[in-house]
Amino acid sequence: MLGPPELGWLVVAPVFGAVLAFLLRGRSWPLVVLFGSVTAATVGGLVPSIADLLRFGPLHYRVSGWGAPLGIELALDGLSAAFLLTTLVVVATATVYALGSLRPAANAPATPSAPISEGPQAGTFWPLWLLLWAGLNALFLSADLFNIYVALELVGLAGVALVATAGGLSALRAAIRYFFANGAASMVFLTGVALVYHAHGTLDLALLATRVAPGPTLSTALALMSAGLMLKAALFPLHPWLPTAHAVAPAPVSALLSALVVKAPVYLLLRLWLDSFRPLAGDPAFTLLGTLGALGMIWGSSQAIRSERLKTLVAYSTVAQVGLLLAAFPIVASAGTWIGIVFLAVGHALAKAAMFLASGGIAAAYGHDRIREMTGFGVRQPLCMYAFGIAGMSLVGIPGTAGFVGKWLLTTAGLSGPAAPWVAVVALSTLFTAGYVWRVLAVAVRSAPTPSGDLAVARLQSWPALLLALLTILLGVAPNLLGEIASVGIPSGPGGTMP
Amino acid sequence: MTSFALYPLAGVVVLTIGLWGLVTRPHLLTKVLAFNLTATGASLVLVGLAARPEGGTDPVPQAMVLTGIVVAVSATALALALIARLSRVDPGAVESSD
Repeated sequence: MLGPPELGWLVVAPVFGAVLAFLLRGRSWPLVVLFGSVTAATVGGLVPSIADLLRFGPLHYRVSGWGAPLGIELALDGLSAAFLLTTLVVVATATVYALGSLRPAANAPATPSAPISEGPQAGTFWPLWLLLWAGLNALFLSADLFNIYVALELVGLAGVALVATAGGLSALRAAIRYFFANGAASMVFLTGVALVYHAHGTLDLALLATRVAPGPTLSTALALMSAGLMLKAALFPLHPWLPTAHAVAPAPVSALLSALVVKAPVYLLLRLWLDSFRPLAGDPAFTLLGTLGALGMIWGSSQAIRSERLKTLVAYSTVAQVGLLLAAFPIVASAGTWIGIVFLAVGHALAKAAMFLASGGIAAAYGHDRIREMTGFGVRQPLCMYAFGIAGMSLVGIPGTAGFVGKWLLTTAGLSGPAAPWVAVVALSTLFTAGYVWRVLAVAVRSAPTPSGDLAVARLQSWPALLLALLTILLGVAPNLLGEIASVGIPSGPGGTMP
Repeated sequence: MTSFALYPLAGVVVLTIGLWGLVTRPHLLTKVLAFNLTATGASLVLVGLAARPEGGTDPVPQAMVLTGIVVAVSATALALALIARLSRVDPGAVESSD
């Protein structure tokens, strides 16, 4: 079914916005208007498209009427719609937070690095922010592997530059390290794409799914593409670049990086392994993927529990949660519960963005993020604590949250089949996650030796986090909101029922 | 067969050398060169596989390589800009990546 042309707005609006933001050079009120317009255009593009998607099924759109192979085609199905909606919500709330940090609270202590949106970087921060958004939208809409490569590059380069906007030696080092990991991953991925084109003469994902013929060339191609994506997703043991980059970046950037940027390669792995190249991916391959995921879950969690700093803890939690997502692949492969992994991914995106924004609010008020020295922050900053706590509950998988829906669907579907060991990994992740979330909350509620009283947190730096955390509850209470959209055009059938 | 396989295989070798350099070389500028090698290797694979056994070439991979070159140039510019800024903050940091 041919999609509405508004689909293109999702990419065009943020790119135009980036150019305008560059001309505005970080001036505050025009930026608010600009972000309002870009968000409105994105909503205006996405809502009618999703309405069409629900009515007619998966959509295709040829940009400017040019089809494959030289033209660009956009495609929208349930899976991409779920990720596009998540991107919209997370970017919009993180933007409010970032705009809020334009005016730090009057009596907040000076932070070690100048506020991102004011310092010398202000002119570059907002264009990069919008380019990252454009890249993510383009990636989730892309219908062929080469466009996906270009979108991955856009996302990666914007992400690297945004990490560097934190300023200072450690941010630059982390950004450069991130650049090399990301660049190597891109080139390995591109080589895999070349092999796919050689073997099948097309890069269109839908066409590939019908043409896939197992053979050594295609296996090598899938291995190369997966290796590149695993490095970008920071899957254990390819993760060492992530904790430093996500921990030193400004809080709203960390939120986008952890919630969305590492989720993009996971989305692509889902597409490749469980959709387009499904006939190629055998049980041993899924076992390898799941094992790496399980190890990543254990390693990331154990590092998170030991972290000295709050943002490092949240960053290692991302390594653990990406591992969990990959450990769920074998369950999806054998039981066909796509919706389960979508809830796990979307739930993590909302929760992790909430956690990073909450940590940013806490760090802005204390002037540091050393966990030991923020005893009793729950009394002084209740909103940040609630946001962190609710998001943590979703990550753990407490009933009534998005995380629970995901884990429930995967567990019920996988328990009786051959994927039962992987269900054990999912259960284990609940314990591990509870460990590091509890560690932060225990510090929050302990009575503080330091003088109490309200610590100034700008309102715009605490409410966005709470809003994102509450959304994980909304999805937990009313999973059909997302489930109905996400299950359109899912290849192996909806699989599993809503709790 | 040999002439068709030569270029893509050379591309894989160049890509591998680049990856090796990225992992083992501490100097950041060497790493940038290594990154460029990986990009060249990937392009060589793409173009090398575009040759058709019956003669002539497939234009689609060539179009992709053009885009790939633009991406690699921009990425290199970003890396050099970051390294230049790093060298202003701490001149010694350029010679080692950790």
